[in-house]
Amino acid sequence: MNGNPGPSAVRIALVLPDMLGTYGDRGNVAVLAERLRLRGIGSEVVEINAGEFVPADCDLYMLGGGEDVAQLVAVRHLRQQGTLVQAARRGAVVLAVCAGMQILGTSFVGSDGVAHGGLGLLDVNTRPMPKRAIGELVVRPDPAFGDELLTGFENHGGCTYLGQDARPLGAVLAGVGNGVNGVEGAVQGRVIGTYLHGPCLARNPAFADRLLAMVTGTELAPLSIPEVDALRTERLRAAGVR
Amino acid sequence: MVVGLVGSRDPGGKRRRTLAATKLGKGAAWLSRTAGLGEGGIIGGRVAMALDRDVLSGLASGRTVVLVTGTNGKTTTTSMVTRALSAAGPVASNSTGANMPDGHVAALMARPEARYAVLEVDEMHLDIAAEQTKPAVILLLNLSRDQIDRVGEVRTVAARLRQVVVDSPQAVVVANADDPMVVFAAEPAQRVVWVSVGGGRWTGDATSCPKCGERIDVSVERWACACGLRRPEPAWAVRDQTVITDSGRELALQLNLPGQVNYGNAALAMAAVAQLGVVPEAALPRIREVSEVAGRYGDLVIGGRKVRLLLAKNPAGWHEMLQLVRASGRPVMLVVNAREADGFDLSWLWDVPFEQLAGLQVVVAGERAADMAVRLRYARVDVTMNPDPVEAVRMTPPGDLDVIANYTAFRMLRVKGEA
Repeated sequence: MNGNPGPSAVRIALVLPDMLGTYGDRGNVAVLAERLRLRGIGSEVVEINAGEFVPADCDLYMLGGGEDVAQLVAVRHLRQQGTLVQAARRGAVVLAVCAGMQILGTSFVGSDGVAHGGLGLLDVNTRPMPKRAIGELVVRPDPAFGDELLTGFENHGGCTYLGQDARPLGAVLAGVGNGVNGVEGAVQGRVIGTYLHGPCLARNPAFADRLLAMVTGTELAPLSIPEVDALRTERLRAAGVR
Repeated sequence: MVVGLVGSRDPGGKRRRTLAATKLGKGAAWLSRTAGLGEGGIIGGRVAMALDRDVLSGLASGRTVVLVTGTNGKTTTTSMVTRALSAAGPVASNSTGANMPDGHVAALMARPEARYAVLEVDEMHLDIAAEQTKPAVILLLNLSRDQIDRVGEVRTVAARLRQVVVDSPQAVVVANADDPMVVFAAEPAQRVVWVSVGGGRWTGDATSCPKCGERIDVSVERWACACGLRRPEPAWAVRDQTVITDSGRELALQLNLPGQVNYGNAALAMAAVAQLGVVPEAALPRIREVSEVAGRYGDLVIGGRKVRLLLAKNPAGWHEMLQLVRASGRPVMLVVNAREADGFDLSWLWDVPFEQLAGLQVVVAGERAADMAVRLRYARVDVTMNPDPVEAVRMTPPGDLDVIANYTAFRMLRVKGEA
């Protein structure tokens, strides 16, 4: 619990961090909760580990990256329960990073070389890429997500192809991203996938606030954290973008 | 002449090749030292290896070898085993943490008379080291996430170590029974001695089973997975501040090194040397003598201030060191770089519970100070940032302070600081 959890508190689900928690992506949840608190808005973080029930009534669902075998276990758990899909269809906001994005797609090829069905929330499918993409990633986002460049660190071996119903999160300025057509991530309704670790929302405060605005229905007051500005400047420069 | 030696196929030539390569390697080491380039160990090892790729096997032959590997505590435990085993005879060891094959060659070249060798081995190089040295004992400490952009997934590392265990039937494997990744790696050993290291080691509470991928709750002592992988019954165990030996004796550890994890390291070291005939009563007093390991836990003067220097390279290591600084209550400086040897990605900082620093005065420094500062800001810890560690020290409140640094930052501070 954080701030003033009440009827208006934002409920954030951290989905299967024990399976999809290899790359620090739980930090996205910490960032959202703190940015709400700093504006006097309450939040409640619900952490759901494997074997536990995913509630269908959260406002935001966060999934992270994970190891190949754990990814297969995670998708099985989520498919059996069905509640994440229900929540997304109801209009909850979902941010899924790396392996998290892959399992929300229609299919992905696992470490076993076999194609597995995903949850189908994103019209994307993922296949192995010849060489693992590791390094700084910079993306110019779709205007719906603001004009601030997205910075992050990617570490994945999947090539993600977009189908007709999904659009990219943005255009790659540095790094690999999806590995197809110079684009990164996927957006479909209020479900967003990306390869940006860092964590993504720690490095990209405007993107974090965009997600919160989607949930609260109002633009949030500006918030200045000088260390975040310093980090962004440094990382964008390291990627050769500024 | 050199080319002829390398290409030589005559059966009696192996010993001569080792000797020649060793001699030239030593020459290179001497040159490096004389030219002021460094301690000379690694370059000597590299030269010897370039001349004879089996030089390690030649140097190890006839010696009793212990290999120590795992994610955290390698250098410390190697130092403990070396100290304890010196009860039995002279020991060669790569005590400075140069844990790849060139470092092993250099360590063995430096002590030709030593009957025993205790070698710290990088997890990804255990296969080569074991193949060449035919160890009597392999010590498996723990496995957790480390430099995922360089080393890869921990599951992959566990599978590689498991293969080494299978390929080393002559070795007794001494292994941490509390760590599912280690248990998976050590399980197929012909002879295995399980050690329960007690608490203090971070696992993230739960882990995905190395065998089947399902969730294992390791917060319970007797963890078990539905697939059958479970915590084995330990022969040795740490309980509070004592170790219970395989014959049931209970000995107070009373170490000079701080931190609960070092109780576990000491118990593993005692179990390892017991396989070579050094009884716990002889081993423990020697292990207690270890008070500083290649600068870790040591005192330094930086920017005119006395600091205790602690090394942390990955989430588990940071978790351990945060417990130490939390207990001391001193002002804290955290220094973070992200060079190749550290791993370029620092996302894992968000898996470390820095929230526990709330209430302490914290400054951050290093080439990636901004990453750490943002992490602490969101953990609601008051933080001041200055990339230069010497300047940053001056921003802390007066008195001695604790410094936690990751690998290259730690090395840099040892150069900058005065002992």
